[in-house]
Amino acid sequence: MSSYTVIILFIAGITAGRLFRNNEKAGKKIDTLVTWSVWLLLFLLGISVGINEKIIREFSVIGLKAVILTVGALAGSLFLAKPVYNRFFRNISESVNKEENNK
Amino acid sequence: MKGSLIILAFFSAGVLGGVFNIFPDWILNEDLTSYTLYALMFLVGISIGSDKGTFYILKKMKLKVLLVPGVVITGSLAGTALISVFIPSIRPNEAMAVGAGFGYYSLSSIIISELHSQELGVIALLSNILREITTLLAVPLMIKYFGKLAGIASGGATAMDTTLPVIVKFTGKEFGIISVFSGIILTAIVPILVTLLLELF
Repeated sequence: MSSYTVIILFIAGITAGRLFRNNEKAGKKIDTLVTWSVWLLLFLLGISVGINEKIIREFSVIGLKAVILTVGALAGSLFLAKPVYNRFFRNISESVNKEENNK
Repeated sequence: MKGSLIILAFFSAGVLGGVFNIFPDWILNEDLTSYTLYALMFLVGISIGSDKGTFYILKKMKLKVLLVPGVVITGSLAGTALISVFIPSIRPNEAMAVGAGFGYYSLSSIIISELHSQELGVIALLSNILREITTLLAVPLMIKYFGKLAGIASGGATAMDTTLPVIVKFTGKEFGIISVFSGIILTAIVPILVTLLLELF
């Protein structure tokens, strides 16, 4: 799958989205479509895991190692994300909320 | 939580159907997934582009946005290296190579299988799929305990596409741009970092 196609479509979407800036109805419909697309993609990911005999057969041993490494990667990322968010990004999140409330 | 359960239900239904092979072959056509993802990207783009907060945040951010992929790289490598002490059969650099997939399971597992071994490749495949699935399922919980960057940090490279919708859904659209930015940087870095970790040590 081409990462470039995905990026180009995303940017095209953002550009197109500028046209809907004051149309909340359209915004809600798009959010519904997004939700259904996520469900479909998750369903398809499930199928490709399910039919992969190698993954299913060797799941116990290889899977345990994979789980341990995933825990390490996620724990490292999350514990680092917290202080960085609090120090550098919390004020941005709050100022966006404030601006929206003032409207 | 309801959102995560629905997602889990769709995923589980897919796995079960796949194991018992009840689906016709066309459903696994790579094109179906690709085009769904393409449509999704365009829709998420519209969703972000039509939001008034999106461009505001870009003006405010500047260089510190680089901290976000920095968190993912540092956290993933340190975390996998440290936890590898519990797996005697895996050396720290092998563990870090798996962690350096940042959820980009297709590419990282292919590179690792080619450069190193089939087994580590499969571990990378499973671990990075698991990273993506965990992110999709647990973003609300992660954000509750680790702040609004948690979903982006957890999603890693997938934060630009597959996990982007859930991240946007639970953090707000203003974090969508940061998410895509971080995901793009990480996606570009995966092949370089994985190769270096396996070759240099």
